[in-house]
Amino acid sequence: MNVLLDNFPAFRDGFIGTVSITAVSSLIALVLGVVVAGFRVSPVPPLRYFGTAWVTLMRNTPLTLLFLIFFFVVPEILFPGMSPFVLGSLALGFYTSSFVCEAVRSGINTVPLGQAEAARSIGMTFAQTLQIVVLPQATRTVIPPLSSIFIALTKNSAIAGAFSNAELFGWQKLMSDKGYDIVPVFIWVAIGYLIITFTISGLFRLLERRMEVAR
Amino acid sequence: MSASVLYDAPGPKAVVRNRIYAVVGSLAIVVLIAVSIMRLADKGHLAPEMWDIFNYAGIRQNIADAVLATLKAFGLAAVGSLVLGVLLAVGRLSDHKPIRWVATTFIELFRSLPLLITIYAIWVGFLTDYSMWALAAGLSVYNGCVQAEVLRAGINSVPKGQSEAAYALGMSKTQVMTTVLMPQAIRSMLPTIISQLVVTLKDTSLGFIILYPELLQTARLIASNTQVNGQYPYVSTIVVIGTIYIAMCLLLSALATWIEKRGRRAKTGIKVAPGVQTADIPTVEDIPGPRAGGAGGAGPTVDGGAGAGVTKD
Repeated sequence: MNVLLDNFPAFRDGFIGTVSITAVSSLIALVLGVVVAGFRVSPVPPLRYFGTAWVTLMRNTPLTLLFLIFFFVVPEILFPGMSPFVLGSLALGFYTSSFVCEAVRSGINTVPLGQAEAARSIGMTFAQTLQIVVLPQATRTVIPPLSSIFIALTKNSAIAGAFSNAELFGWQKLMSDKGYDIVPVFIWVAIGYLIITFTISGLFRLLERRMEVAR
Repeated sequence: MSASVLYDAPGPKAVVRNRIYAVVGSLAIVVLIAVSIMRLADKGHLAPEMWDIFNYAGIRQNIADAVLATLKAFGLAAVGSLVLGVLLAVGRLSDHKPIRWVATTFIELFRSLPLLITIYAIWVGFLTDYSMWALAAGLSVYNGCVQAEVLRAGINSVPKGQSEAAYALGMSKTQVMTTVLMPQAIRSMLPTIISQLVVTLKDTSLGFIILYPELLQTARLIASNTQVNGQYPYVSTIVVIGTIYIAMCLLLSALATWIEKRGRRAKTGIKVAPGVQTADIPTVEDIPGPRAGGAGGAGPTVDGGAGAGVTKD
């Protein structure tokens, strides 16, 4: 019990850290995922190959390895001394973007054929077809898988805690290093994560209902 | 909808434009890669000495041991998660309420917690000196929950007539489950099960954090204990280890795809679900379960919704 009360400021910082790294990296994943999904269905072959390669590579790389790459290789390429928060959210965002891309692509596939055909027959270009006609309709089917992708992202953010980010796993590690019993620590961290994941799934359910009314 | 529906067959103008995009796009990617390589080379990460360390027998032995350690943890976790998955799936479909509740609570709880938290708690709390067992236990618990959901989706997708017929023959509940439902469920869900095993294989890399000497931990040890030209060979080690990881995962993914294709060819039985590697927590809803298309299975496998305008309007 007093694990939480004695160390509440650290726990609060960890909680906020988890929320913020989740928020930033889900934004990165969303933007990148949609762009790569656009690449994967585009009429330009090299972009298609790039999209496929991106997804295959990211999906078959363990996230921990990606973190290692971002913490040891990327600073050498860009500039040294980037903050662990930036590097962590980039790694998480890149990894998750491949899942977002696949979700968006299968969403595009569920839009009825006639829609794109109609768009083309009134002379829309590829970009117009995608932006004005197909993607808005795909949004509805993409939302449920996106919800589980973002929940997975929240859970994966624990790995960032092992790479010197202040978040909930970092707190768990700190507490067990301080010699507290692991069971109550585990329970509190679990509750912290459950709050975040339930909030995300609640938000997405709300969004889903909104979208349904619009139809 | 195949991609080609989104754009017209290109005319002469569009062909030129697409070529320009192609060239610009490829150039951008090539330049990006080239700049990265040059920056790395500038800092001496691509010097031959950096890569020479992999010629030493000691380091090769280290890497071989690490691959073995990873595979050992993966094997234990795979067996553990499949056994636990079957038990939990059967438990969740049980006729007895308490068993159902226990199984449901267990699945929902551990599926919604970060795997790392579970592994770390098991390691610190119970198996401090046995990091391999801690890793395998954590992976088994988490992936067992996921496999249980996959199996449950498979069992639910077996046409109802199958179990009704089995009961009509006088089979017991256990017999129906083991001889009728399970085999069909496993067959149809095999690609998804294997995709989840790929996730399990990837997640063995979390052993890094509990200091289990698997591939990634070994990579870190090699890189931080060897000094070449006054630098630590992080880049070369990560490239080598990363290639090994990606190769292992791709092999396993290829197996899933192969089984899926093979299943499509078969003309009998229920359909084989595509092997989706979801973002670590496939729920029953987003596993594209095989539609219960009884014998014949003739219905063309409609990928996504090419079935024209009848999609979920």
